[in-house]
Order: sequence, then structure tokens, then C-alpha cells
Amino acid sequence: MTTMQTNPRPDTVVRANPARDTWNVLTRELKPVVRDPFSLIFSLVQPLVFLGLFGPLLIGQSGAPVGETLQWFVPGVLVMIVLFGTGATGSNLQYEMMTGSHERTLVAPLSRSSLLIGRALKEIAPIVVQALIIVLIAWPFGFTINWAGLVAGLALLAVFGVGLGALSYTLALKTKDREWLFWGVQQTLIFPLLILSGMLLPLDDGPAWMQAVATVNPVNWVVQAERALFAGDLGAVEILWGWVAAVVLAVLGLWVGVRAMRKSN
Amino acid sequence: MANEIIEADGLTKRFTVKKKTVEAVTDLTFHVERGALVAFLGPNGAGKSTSLRMLTTLIPPTSGTARVVGFDILRDPADVRARIGYVGQLTSGSFAQRTRDELLSQGAFYGLSRAESARRADELIESLDLAPFATRTVQQLSGGQKRRLDIALGLMHAPPLLFLDEPSTGLDPQSRANLWQHILDLRATYGTTVFLTTHYLEEADRYAERVMVMDKGRVIADDTAAQLKANLAGDLLTFGFADETDAASAVAVIQGLTDREVRRDGASVTLTAPDGDALLPTAVRALDAAGLSVRTATGVPPTLDDVFLALTGRTLREAGEGEPAEDDEGETPDAERGAPATRRSTDEAKTATGANR
Repeated sequence: MTTMQTNPRPDTVVRANPARDTWNVLTRELKPVVRDPFSLIFSLVQPLVFLGLFGPLLIGQSGAPVGETLQWFVPGVLVMIVLFGTGATGSNLQYEMMTGSHERTLVAPLSRSSLLIGRALKEIAPIVVQALIIVLIAWPFGFTINWAGLVAGLALLAVFGVGLGALSYTLALKTKDREWLFWGVQQTLIFPLLILSGMLLPLDDGPAWMQAVATVNPVNWVVQAERALFAGDLGAVEILWGWVAAVVLAVLGLWVGVRAMRKSN
Repeated sequence: MANEIIEADGLTKRFTVKKKTVEAVTDLTFHVERGALVAFLGPNGAGKSTSLRMLTTLIPPTSGTARVVGFDILRDPADVRARIGYVGQLTSGSFAQRTRDELLSQGAFYGLSRAESARRADELIESLDLAPFATRTVQQLSGGQKRRLDIALGLMHAPPLLFLDEPSTGLDPQSRANLWQHILDLRATYGTTVFLTTHYLEEADRYAERVMVMDKGRVIADDTAAQLKANLAGDLLTFGFADETDAASAVAVIQGLTDREVRRDGASVTLTAPDGDALLPTAVRALDAAGLSVRTATGVPPTLDDVFLALTGRTLREAGEGEPAEDDEGETPDAERGAPATRRSTDEAKTATGANR
């Protein structure tokens, strides 16, 4: 036998620290985004299609000026980015569960909560970047920007995104390696949430039952708050309700997500 | 510190699969000393991975417990995690991440400073030949390169104990040999205790200093490969004669030299015996003296598959195919995975085993 060297770091071992671990998980999750920022642009194709192809239909339908229609439509498109982009983010975790790297992080000395919270917080980065790009694209077409509203609108979008992202990760943890189930549930939920938020078309002309359902749809509240914020109507009561919806969603999402992560193996 | 790095005491794991209770691991009790290189050998579904997942705190045992690196897996899982390296069956690196980035993240996870992480990552990139792929994403790596990154990730924090679950599954023989060279080098440098699972006989035979044979959730033998083979199997001796009459007379002569059963098959005579290398020349001389002309005489050393056969009555391959895959070992044995070479089937096996001795 060869003589063994002693372990170079015998007992200077790390202890789980939720804040530091969350930061480490967050920065790891951001690395692919920073390395390949083009991926962010590419996932903007869908909202751009809605803006470019659905927008003109809205303008034609309403007969209102372009700027006015955009003022109504763009905040909804921003929420749509979160709904489609962040709502699908669980599939990344599911892929890592199937390929093995999730298991590696479970054996690492990381607090379980950090594995979920770090991932959910990471969602803020693509949301803010993509929302800014959409706003900048809409700007020359007559979309007016209230700067205070923009900042508050992005913050609201971020909180909503953290909640929705956490729920998407929870769904991934619960469906484990059944990819079809993840997408089945995700698609089943996303379209009703989308339509019943009045994001694409106003719900004012819809039947009463639809309007009733829409009042319990948190996405609807966030869309209305975003519209008020971007319009510069900073005292509107919709903004308060939007924040309530987003914060409740975030707290709920993180809570069920952390619980699901604790059970993950 | 105690010299025992793993002390498993009655580890048992039951799963409920379709309302039926399956006992994946039964009463696993063993000790591993610091610096050892130990292998769990067994067919797919034998409970190897489940055992490893309990020892690495991924799943709690149904009953029993274990101390790993001095800490209880149930009471102090965080302390265990901080001190072990784990290379799972699948890919440790996230497919979207770059090779070097993953190493740096891993360093941060284990509390290494930024500078320390960078130094350690570059050291491992160097020693595991990952330099040309350091800025590629894991997705772009070949199977062998991914596996080397897995090992590097497992070693980032220089753990005193490294668990490897089927480290060379899916690799071609050359990559496998390469990988092992890396594992052995790293072990010689850092004195790491290595605990692995494998269903490759050759791998356990060649590299492990101690082999625990697992079948149906139990350890059924535990010794060095050489001792297992000497005690539980033996060399296969075959003598060829001109005709069946000579062969029939030879049976009596050879039977006089050993208490093992001597069998005739056409014009040849076979037996399995320990110390076959000594018995072979003795037998040839005795047959000559009896006036029987020996045309051919071969002696083939045993493999661990013979050990498994002696213990269970099945070859590893048969065992792997017959077992329903358990929940977390749900791999299907394909042609390459589930085909341990037995000495009875191929000539390569003979050379391979011969070379190991």
C-alpha cells in the first residue's frame, strides 16, 4: 500500500446556511443565462408574435389609436412573458431530475429551501430583461412610459414571477420523471389563466360567469395593476390588489415549493 | 478519529410498489476502514444503489442506521453530506451549464472560497483531462467526458470518502480503463476512501480490494476477490483425449488426486478445483504414468461470476435479467450492460481474467 496523505481539508467543513446557499444556487442558475444571453431573446418570440400579429387585430377591432391600444395591451404581454416563460421553468428542474444533476445538489450540504428559493429568485432576471425589451420595442409605436410606473411594474412582475416560478418547480418536483404530466397540468392551467385574465381581450363583454371566475384569478389582478402602473395612475386601487395577489402567490408558491423540495430524493 | 469510515447497522429499506411491499435492502451490516477501496457487486435490482442512497442521506432507511464519516445518517445528515463525495448513476453536471462553471458552483456549495474553488477546479480539470472542454456545456460532452466531470464534481471538496454508483456503466472499455486510472491516481494522492457499486465483474475483480457480493437485497459474501474465488469457486481444468475410452479411464485417475467431482464430456474430462494450477501438472504426470496420452490440458482461473454462481446458483447475467427493476434502480439491462463475461462463453474472458492474476 502507498502511504496515504491525510485529507487536505480534514474538518473545515461547511454548514448549511440558507442565505448563503440561496445565493450560491441563484448565481449557479444565472450562469447559463449570462453565458448565453441570446436564449433570452429567443424566448421573446412568442410575446413578440402576440404583439405583432394580435396587436393589429386589437387595433382594428377597437378602432382606438395605436398608442392607446398598446397602452392597454403591452402590460398584458409583459404578464404573458411570466405566464409562459416562468410558468414553464419547472421543466428545467425536471430535466435536471432526469439527467442527474438535481440528485447531486441534494447530496451537497445545501439547505433544501435554498434549492427552491434560489431557483425561484433567478426567474427575476429573465423577466426584467425581457419586459424591458418588449417595452422598448413598443415605445416607438406610441406606447408611453411612466418611469415610476415602469419600476414598480417590473417589481410587481418580479414578485409574481417568483411565485409562479416556485409553483412551476413544485409541479416538476411532484410529477418527477413524468414529463407528460408536467406539461399536461401546465398547459391545462395556463390557457384558462391567460384568457380569464383579460390579457388578450377585455372581459367586459364576456358572460357573467366568466367575469366571476376572473375575479378570483390572481393573474387578472396583476394584469390590471400593471395597466394602472404603466398608465401612470399610481394611486389606483387595482395596484394594491395586484400586489396582494402577487405577494400571496409568491408566499404560497415558495411555501409549497420548499415543502416539495424537502421531500425530494 | 475512529478508523472506521462507514459503520452500517441493520440498514433495511422497503418500498411500496403498486401496493406491494418490496424489500430492496435487508439488514445491511458492515464496516469499512479508512482508505479502503470497496465494491458492492451484484446484478441490477440487487439493492446496491438503494444502499448507497441510504448511506449518502438521499433516502432514509426503513429501519437500522449507519454512521458515515463519524456521523449518523439520520441524526446528522448535513454533517455527512459536507464530508462525502457522491457520483450518482446519472450525470452530475447540469446539461445547460459549462464544465468549469459547474465545478466552481460545486466549490461554492461546499463552502470553498472563490480563489480556492478556482484553484481546485483547474487542478481537477488538469488531472481529469477536461481542459479542452472546460468552456463547453455539459450537453456537448461525450459519455466519457461527462463521467470524468462527474468524478471531478465529486472530488471538488476533497472528501475523505467518495461514493461511486456504477461509475463506468455505458463507457467503452478504453474510457473505462482511463476513468479507473484517474480514480486510482486520485486515491493515491488524497488517500480517499472509495466505495462503489458495479455489476461489472471485471471491475470489482481488478480494482476493488474488498468485494461485497449483493443479491436480492442482502450481502451474501464479503472478502477480497482472490479469497472469494479461492474459497467459493476454483480453477476449471479441462483435459482432452484421443477418444472417449481414454477419457473414461482418465476420470478414475484424476479422481484419485482430488475430492472434487470429475466429469467426462465426450473425449474430454473437466473438473473445478482450488489450486488448479498445481493440480494440472500433477494430473498430467499421473495420466502419463497410467499410459493415457493427454492431448490438451487447460486451466482457467475462476471469475467472480463463478463465485456468484456458486453462491446463488445463477450467473450475474441471469440474475440481472430475471429481477424486476426496483423503483430507483429502474435501469433495463441492455446487451452491453447486462453481459458480464463468463469464462465459459468467451475467450476474451480468459485473457482478461488471466491478466488480472
